[in-house]
Amino acid sequence: MKTDGELLYAYAVARDGGSPADVPETLTGVADEPVVPVRHAGFAALVGRVPAAEFEEDALRERLEDLAWLERVARGHQRVVDAAVSAFSCALPLRLATVYRDEEGVRRMLADGSASLGSALDRLEGRVEWGVTVYALPPPNPPDPPDPLELSPTPSPPESAPAPSGRDYLRRRGAQRRAREADARRAGRAAEAVHDTLSPLAEEVRLHPPQDSRLSDHPGHNLLNAAYLVPRERTEEFTRTVAALTDDAPDGLRIRLSGPWAPYSFVTHAP
Amino acid sequence: MTFSSRLPEARSPGEGSANLADILERVLDKGVVIAGDIRINLLDIELLTIKLRLVVASVDKAREMGIDWWESDRSLSSGARTRELREENDRLRARLAALEDRPALEEHPALEDGETEEARDEDRR
Repeated sequence: MKTDGELLYAYAVARDGGSPADVPETLTGVADEPVVPVRHAGFAALVGRVPAAEFEEDALRERLEDLAWLERVARGHQRVVDAAVSAFSCALPLRLATVYRDEEGVRRMLADGSASLGSALDRLEGRVEWGVTVYALPPPNPPDPPDPLELSPTPSPPESAPAPSGRDYLRRRGAQRRAREADARRAGRAAEAVHDTLSPLAEEVRLHPPQDSRLSDHPGHNLLNAAYLVPRERTEEFTRTVAALTDDAPDGLRIRLSGPWAPYSFVTHAP
Repeated sequence: MTFSSRLPEARSPGEGSANLADILERVLDKGVVIAGDIRINLLDIELLTIKLRLVVASVDKAREMGIDWWESDRSLSSGARTRELREENDRLRARLAALEDRPALEEHPALEDGETEEARDEDRR
């Protein structure tokens, strides 16, 4: 079955329980299209029909460079995956832009991948991913000492204040630098302590590269960006622990919890 | 088994409240990689990921801040880095020129070394 001008975008794979899917009828995907299950080989893939004009190879490659388009698609993708996590006891999120020509292609994917899909679903059954990020807030900046090497627009300082020497300047700079380094070390240790407290509550852990702070809404420096695979029955304990850590966090440290996510970071075994 | 109860203190990632950076690093970088009929060059995705680690808030915000190098620079961060280095070089050259114009400082060739020691002593006090 194929409709011209349309492709099938696949979001997630779960075990086919045999009953009609719990995916809400109002759920829409990356192109605001309805999302339906394609069932085959004991699996159900959640898919939606998307315009080929946007998701054909060349168009896709071009669109992926359009960050506004990418944001919309990424949020749509995540919306469906999130619904799958609610509807199934375990759902494997597929990488963004996994696209097929027709249902036959989706069925072939389910059959060909059945061994690895099955083992991943078994391993991740009943578990969700929680994201925890720790930020160090920037310290209130002391004003820069006057730079004696800078050519000043005003001819000379008032007679009463002795002109700062290069020596004073370097000394103050050095002290500031060392204070900053000490702060950074303290914050780093605090972030490590957060990770050490949470790790035992998780079955698996992944550390992701820090998110860049220049453009994130967060003014701080990202010290920890971790994903924890947590059995659903330990969810409350995990979130309570994060809440306690947040309450006890030293000044200048922010802890942020996100989730529950589909087990994105854990679909492959630990490297 | 279904998991219907959402915890109040958790922010559900699907409700638009999740940080875009959190979403992008997962949907682009994680999840099951399985062959589709439409082949996209994975390298493209990796390039995007690098860009998006920087552009996590929003495109408009980035542009407001004058950060738009991804639009012109296909080689990504190397361009930004090169520019940074060039600017730093310019600053250092200007400073060097200023130093060379100051005979007073030439009388203290060991300024830097002696200075660091003293400053450290002062910190300890």
